[in-house]
Amino acid sequence: MKYACRRVAMLAVTMVIVSLLAFVAFDLISGDPATAMLGTEATPEKVAALQKELGLDRPLLVRYGAWLLGFFTGDLGVSYSYHQSVWDLIAPKVAVTLCLSLLSFLLIAAVSIPLGLRSAVRSGGVLDGARTVLNQLCMAVPPLFTGILLSWLFSTTLRWFIHGQFPALSADFWGAMKYLLFAAVAIAIPRIAMTVRMLRSTVRQELQKDYVRTAISRGNDRSAVLRRHVLKNALVPVVTFLAQTMAEIVAGSIVVEQVFAIPGLGRMLVASISSRDYPTVQAIVVILAFWVVLAGAVADLVNQRIDPRLRLGGRS
Amino acid sequence: MKKTQKNGYLRVGLLLTGLMAALILLGMVWTPYDPQAMSVGPKFAPPSLRFLMGTDNFGRDIFSRVLQGAGATFVIALSTVAIGAVCGTVVGALTGYFGGAVDETLMRLNDALTAFPSILLALVVISLLGPGNKYNVILALGLVFIPSFARVTRTAFASLREVNYVKSARLMGASTARILLVHMLPNTLHVLLPALTIGFNNAVLAEASMSFLDIGVTPPDASLGYMLSEAQSLFTAAPWYAVGTGGAIVLLVFSVGLLGEGLQRRDKGVV
Repeated sequence: MKYACRRVAMLAVTMVIVSLLAFVAFDLISGDPATAMLGTEATPEKVAALQKELGLDRPLLVRYGAWLLGFFTGDLGVSYSYHQSVWDLIAPKVAVTLCLSLLSFLLIAAVSIPLGLRSAVRSGGVLDGARTVLNQLCMAVPPLFTGILLSWLFSTTLRWFIHGQFPALSADFWGAMKYLLFAAVAIAIPRIAMTVRMLRSTVRQELQKDYVRTAISRGNDRSAVLRRHVLKNALVPVVTFLAQTMAEIVAGSIVVEQVFAIPGLGRMLVASISSRDYPTVQAIVVILAFWVVLAGAVADLVNQRIDPRLRLGGRS
Repeated sequence: MKKTQKNGYLRVGLLLTGLMAALILLGMVWTPYDPQAMSVGPKFAPPSLRFLMGTDNFGRDIFSRVLQGAGATFVIALSTVAIGAVCGTVVGALTGYFGGAVDETLMRLNDALTAFPSILLALVVISLLGPGNKYNVILALGLVFIPSFARVTRTAFASLREVNYVKSARLMGASTARILLVHMLPNTLHVLLPALTIGFNNAVLAEASMSFLDIGVTPPDASLGYMLSEAQSLFTAAPWYAVGTGGAIVLLVFSVGLLGEGLQRRDKGVV
């Protein structure tokens, strides 16, 4: 429990640093929002008045504090291009992107863990080379390419979903999930290959350890040893790796949302960057980064369950 | 047996990468048709001996366009890796060698940066520099790749800090620059070289994604990513466009990936 508290505190600190980085970066680049909002009507007096109204005359850290507070109360400022609250704009999209990334994550974990174990146990022989080549090939396929092929196969040809008609999550949850599944597959393929490769090498290292030989020589069932002992020890780095995968999943979702025309944060982000709508970009960047940081914290907590030694602070 | 297997990936990887590089270099000086010229053939011609990858909606030869696009992608990826590797290695070498408070601070900053997926970070930098320019894409991706190179080289340099030959060089009065460059750098190549291949592949994929999103390279500098976004809208009429372009990316990344696999196995032994 103590460990969990410490980890949550660390999580909070990381989130503050991450959001501060984003805030300062956007503060530097976005110039003066008052001028941007007034556009052609900007006169020095009007700009000064609006700056005062928006609180831009305060120092950077004060503004950051206000912004972070707003982040948790749903007040993220006003979008430059839509003249609407950023939160109202992105709220419906957050759920879509979170569902997509969770779906991809589950897919990756569900496929790569059994596959990685199998390939570790059955390594060696002629198939080994073929497996490595197949693995490299899967890693080489960019999600946007798979996405194009999948959307052609399942939308244009098989009509399993209609490209461009994403059902609202609240209205048709399972329909939306079905739509997202294809996008999740596109994101997952290269990641599955990487996780399998990683799991394979950790399990193989683990299999060479003395305790495994002892356990097997004492007449234990091979697969039981594998499941009960080896997997437990090999899982910790894999869980950490999977959490890092979350960052790549989020990166993949930005692209794949575009390919599948999914109205999520990624598409919104790209559109906002093109129109230089900084408050929206900033909010989305921070939400996505928080999501990745959160995944890392959850992984650490899971790892500590798997291996209680970590509680002592040997690794963080 | 073990040895031939180890070298197999390296050899095939080198061969394929060399082949791809040769094709791309060739594409910079000669393409079967002018990549920009319209109506060199009928519209939407399927692949044939005359048009190896078929033609697009303007009757342009897709193979020529892929060669040219791969060239653009190749140059961007190489420059990106060069920026990331050189700057990252300098940072990693110094922090790894000296350690201390600067090292701690930079590593914590590095940790915070890993929270931002690379494309996300590149998009942020692009929005700062302004989208749609080749050099901005290179700069953005190059900057984004510095932390990962710094992390990898820092560990390698830190592990060599107390090695005997480094200690003796220090005792003999070698300058820090000499110790870092002559004594340590060659001994970090076993991590640096695979990192370079991984970095190159990440750069190819990141550039493709960014151009696909219309924030990277825009015409007339068409890269593979931009062509894929064109190809998607033409998929039903000319599936070979997407397959040719996407296939080129896959082949390029696959070749360099095999090379990296070979390099890794050469040093670790088969794991």
